[in-house]
Amino acid sequence: MTTPILTLTIDGKEVSGLAGETILQVARENGFFIPTLCWLDGLTSAGSCRLCMVEIKGSAALHPACITLIQEGMAVTTSSERLLRYRRAIIELLFSERNHVCAVCVVNGHCELQTLAQQLGIDHISFPGLYPDLPVDASHPRFVIDHNRCILCTRCVRVCGEIEGAHTWDVKNRGVRSQIVADFDTPWGDSTTCTGCGKCVHVCPTGALFEKGKSVAEMFKKPLGLPYLKAIRDLGV
Amino acid sequence: MPREKIDRITAEHRWFLDQFNYHILVCAGLGCPGNDDILRALGQTVRNRQLTDEVLIRKVGCMGLCSAGPLVLIRPGDLMYQKVQPEDAEEIIASLGKKPVERLLLSPDLAFFTRQHKNVLRLSGRIDPESLPDYLVAGGYQALLQALFAMQPTDILRCIQESGLRGRGGAGYPTGLKWSTVARAQGSPKYLICNADEGDPGAFMDRSLLESTPYAILEGMTVAAYAVGASEGFIYVRAEYPLAVQRLKRAIRDAEQNNLLGHSICGSNLNFRVQIRLGAGAFVCGEETALIRSIEGRRGLPRPRPPYPAEKGLRGRPTLINNVETYANIPSVITNGPEWWARLGTDKSRGTKVFALTGTIRNTGLIEVPMGMPLREIVYDIGGGLPGGHALKAVQTGGPSGGCIPAALLDTPVTYESLNELGSIMGSGGMIVIDDSASMVDIVTYFMAFCRDESCGKCTPCRVGTAQIHNLLTKFQNRKATMADLEMLEWLCDLVRNTSLCGLGQSAPNPVLSALRFFRQEFLDCILTDQNHEEVRP
Repeated sequence: MTTPILTLTIDGKEVSGLAGETILQVARENGFFIPTLCWLDGLTSAGSCRLCMVEIKGSAALHPACITLIQEGMAVTTSSERLLRYRRAIIELLFSERNHVCAVCVVNGHCELQTLAQQLGIDHISFPGLYPDLPVDASHPRFVIDHNRCILCTRCVRVCGEIEGAHTWDVKNRGVRSQIVADFDTPWGDSTTCTGCGKCVHVCPTGALFEKGKSVAEMFKKPLGLPYLKAIRDLGV
Repeated sequence: MPREKIDRITAEHRWFLDQFNYHILVCAGLGCPGNDDILRALGQTVRNRQLTDEVLIRKVGCMGLCSAGPLVLIRPGDLMYQKVQPEDAEEIIASLGKKPVERLLLSPDLAFFTRQHKNVLRLSGRIDPESLPDYLVAGGYQALLQALFAMQPTDILRCIQESGLRGRGGAGYPTGLKWSTVARAQGSPKYLICNADEGDPGAFMDRSLLESTPYAILEGMTVAAYAVGASEGFIYVRAEYPLAVQRLKRAIRDAEQNNLLGHSICGSNLNFRVQIRLGAGAFVCGEETALIRSIEGRRGLPRPRPPYPAEKGLRGRPTLINNVETYANIPSVITNGPEWWARLGTDKSRGTKVFALTGTIRNTGLIEVPMGMPLREIVYDIGGGLPGGHALKAVQTGGPSGGCIPAALLDTPVTYESLNELGSIMGSGGMIVIDDSASMVDIVTYFMAFCRDESCGKCTPCRVGTAQIHNLLTKFQNRKATMADLEMLEWLCDLVRNTSLCGLGQSAPNPVLSALRFFRQEFLDCILTDQNHEEVRP
């Protein structure tokens, strides 16, 4: 059975993709830039960061590109003035939510949040900071989780459950009080399910998860092997 | 034949009820305090006077006028006594067949009762919610028998579609369309869910319905199951409604014992079981995709739609999910026919709607009116106006997802469309009357605090946006806001409304936007005008 090929326009350019592909996939294949934070190739899409919102002709609502499937004849706009304003505001909201101080961060210079802010031309945060009082958990022998830098993208939760199969991470509380927890809210070092594989550390887009012994700007993340790992798991090898 | 069994139960129970000269009905809802004592006192008095063969005392569901509760109804004669205390029992029993007790009597031609049109609430406060025979005598389960033996599933779908019934949970999606989508969807088994996770502050329609006529909801669900081909049903009800849960459990057990639920219902080929799932009180679990995840035993988080639950719902199967009141409407649509039903209400918003009338109003309680009734009639006729010489300022509908309708627009008819136009929503039916002493800034701050606390935290705009909006609003409350804050407030509302993942986030700014539209001056009054320039010292 062959998968039908669909044609659509993205920012006025005619492109084609396979049925079942998302707008994000097709847009990236064709060189369009759509910012993402919670989405990561190899993990299920959560559609939660709301950065990849695009406009679709004929629909008043905005749609997340990482989840919306392409349709024949669709006309997608990826970067209107309105979308850019929203994206900047969402990044600013993330910065205002917790204590993001790039100058003293282990991933300074290699942080996805920081990079996106630079790409979108954010030079200040217009919303007042909420400055929550959050802990740093360094109980694990090799890794640290610093909740002050967490943006709750849940990549760590998904990679741990979906790829490693350990499901050490999850989220506690709700709303702005949400926080990533290991097992039933135990210190990471006491977790009985954590295998110490370090995948969560490398998918984390910010400096919330990092390796011990790394100083400011020394932590590099390498999440690129995920599609490969997922393919192996799906094959059952 | 089970049908004959139903007829036999009905006949026997009717004979039993007809033995008594007087029926005393006592409201036994959660809202009426001390009704157990009243029941006991009345029972004791009847025994003392050796009238047990003449007088039947029954506990019934909500009679509607909660502000005058506990209510007691004497039949025949339909005498209604208000604010009854256990000490009044002697007097009430003594007055039977004589002059009624004037001091407790509630006038039967009170606009609160005469102006309502009861359809869903028809049996509420008239039958014992825990008695299946009572429901049968009142004409219950006739719709199911008619559906099973005189109609094909397609006939039912057509009937619901022609009636024009729209979902009573808030958004007003056409019920017939939803049912046919589920009926056509591929996949088996199909599931059916009753959404009883009522969470709006000030709303108690679903609770009262579940407490007063649980069988009607089960009947509506069973008809729906037959129409769409579902074999398993769930009622997702909040754990904060213990009485509703208790009565539902009993109703399900009785229905199962009488072959009105379970295997081969009434001898037909319909198999349908119903289970109860308790929600832990998260507001977001009233959103259908979050509710489904919660039933699956996972964290109640919404997911982006499509796919809609009608195609991929519970456990990835086609799932029909409707509100309590929607199911409660089904029996009357089936028995009276779609034409009868469609005559009620307006062209696009048909039928009646139950509202929980609260706030600064004389007659608080549960009401049911035809759609299209102007708000003024609800507030001043049914509600009896505002007490204590207060003037009306606004009517809030739709809870934390809705908005305020100012006194100047009180002639607005209550329909889905007209409320949407004013930036509010019908919602599930909460209606809060606000008087002139209340500050709109305080009210919207309260609702925004609610949305902030009830946001699930999955998507960024709702999680952080609601917290930021709430912080801005507290600045207004403390009269420390600036014009820039007002601008930022509007911008944040726009952002949260347009970029949030689920309906909770998308509608969270509605109270603020509606207050800004109609009561902007109140916000401007909170803006700091004379900036105190403080001297800076090194």
